[in-house]
Amino acid sequence: MNEAVMDKNAPYVTEDGRQIGGVMMDLRDITLRFGGVEAIKAISFDIREGEIRAIIGPNGAGKSSMLNVISGFYKPQEGEVYFRGQKRPPMKPYQVARQGVARTFQNIALFQGMSVLDNVMTGRMGHIKSNMLAQAIWAGKAQREENENREAVERIIDFLEIQAIRKTPVGRLPYGLKKRVELARALAAEPDLLLLDEPMAGMNVEEKEDMSRFILDVNDEFGTTIALIEHDMGVVMDLSDRVVVMDYGRKIGDGTPDEVRNNQEVIDAYLGVAHD
Amino acid sequence: MSADFLYGIEVVINGLMAGVLYALVALGFVLIYKASGIFNYAQGVMALFSALTLAGIMSGQVPFAHLINAIFGTDIHYFGWNVPVLAAIILTLIVMVIFAWCVQRFVFRHLVGQEPIILFMATIGLAYFLEGVGDLMWGSDIKTLNVGLPQGGSRFVEDATAGLGGDDFFGFFIDKLDMVATVVAIILVAGLIAFSQYTKQGRAMRAVADDHQAALSVGISLNFIWVLVWSLAGLVALVAGIMWGAKSGVQFSLSLIALKALPVLMLGGFTSIPGAIVGGLIIGVGEKLFEYLIGAPYLGGATENWFAYVLALLFLVFRPQGLFGERIIERV
Repeated sequence: MNEAVMDKNAPYVTEDGRQIGGVMMDLRDITLRFGGVEAIKAISFDIREGEIRAIIGPNGAGKSSMLNVISGFYKPQEGEVYFRGQKRPPMKPYQVARQGVARTFQNIALFQGMSVLDNVMTGRMGHIKSNMLAQAIWAGKAQREENENREAVERIIDFLEIQAIRKTPVGRLPYGLKKRVELARALAAEPDLLLLDEPMAGMNVEEKEDMSRFILDVNDEFGTTIALIEHDMGVVMDLSDRVVVMDYGRKIGDGTPDEVRNNQEVIDAYLGVAHD
Repeated sequence: MSADFLYGIEVVINGLMAGVLYALVALGFVLIYKASGIFNYAQGVMALFSALTLAGIMSGQVPFAHLINAIFGTDIHYFGWNVPVLAAIILTLIVMVIFAWCVQRFVFRHLVGQEPIILFMATIGLAYFLEGVGDLMWGSDIKTLNVGLPQGGSRFVEDATAGLGGDDFFGFFIDKLDMVATVVAIILVAGLIAFSQYTKQGRAMRAVADDHQAALSVGISLNFIWVLVWSLAGLVALVAGIMWGAKSGVQFSLSLIALKALPVLMLGGFTSIPGAIVGGLIIGVGEKLFEYLIGAPYLGGATENWFAYVLALLFLVFRPQGLFGERIIERV
């Protein structure tokens, strides 16, 4: 690991010219148990501002559990979460979301009965301030606010190239587009930290390329910090600035894609190791 | 036009208005069922309880008077004041919101993720509990609820329509209270639709109804939404309670009107607000018309008691999801 990455507060510039800032989220000795099973065993790692951080590992390694800890869906038995330098008290998922952490799910969690536009609008929940009555009767301020939110949502819809399906109920969309709508909803919140749980699972090559492009563009244009779980090693190596590797709930590697690729323990975990 | 035909029309109009009242009760069921998947057996008792509370507050009754008197040996029953209608309605609404919060905090929060049948059983318990509390709080005697709504047949409608038929037709008889109920129901439904379509909380409500996890991930508090939904159901219950209470007095049999909502829901579907309204109207018109055309002349009358249930049964056989309910599709 090079010096700049070791020093937690020193910003640096990547090869392609993106600015990586200080530590945004710091996870310290996180342990998560389900009954007698330890899904995560004393894992520590951090996510820095502006970077794309990948979490990889074989099936059942605890990657999704880790993401669920970050987004508040699981409460770890041990360990601390620091967000923007502050220790985070135990929080409900909706409170974490309101702090500026948006996420997508492995098995797409969209509002199936609502249109694409309505789905993305739910992402703006935290940006609507006027009171219930004013909204219901479309009073001046509420209307202006609604229009602003609509504009923000339309920008994201344009950005992710889903204009054509704006009014379609989500339940009718094919899988790849649903994944994109879910990303749009997460982006609509204008999050500081975006968590993507297998954004490309089950996609064909073309769809994967599209999704990779969107992830890079989001990071580049909005400066959003992204943590993602992905199985496709090629994609991970192309996208991410740093990679955490998990296996059986332990952390077995952490560093740049190159460092991780050459780590013997990681190679063993992925390719298996001969026992004699 | 023949007098018989005109009487037929009058029956239909009265049926529509009775249907509006059924729809009002059914609406409360749909709201809770949509947002939380709970079939709320207590909806009828909530209507009763809110009507009791409103009547009690208006007449200045001391809540839990019997209990207080039994414990402290006092003899107080009334504060000795009368609360104006509007203030009493607002106070009752506050009581219903507190009730909603309690229901969420002490019952359903502990039952998250349980089977629907368990949630249903919990609402049965809730119904009996609330009935008991209503009794203890306001006493079990029948109360009149006079919120200043007009009563009796409308002379205006009668006079205006008398000329339509021949000498043996005297105009439509339409209850003024039914007319008011219809207007109120229309306002209530329009308000609910505006709320769920245009407000953040309404959108959040629809979101929670659709997917809990996704709702959490965009920053929606499930607890808040559920309290909100129960409060709305309380509001609908209060409106239904006022209408039925004004019609037939506030008595404990009021909670049985909830049973009439069941066939309405089977017709309209458990998940559709328009369904609840259309279902209510169909049942209202259907039972009045059936009584007028077949029941009274051939079956000895009193068919209104069972007609709705038979109709619902037929629907269950041929279209179990109701007219507007979501199709039940199992993917394999």
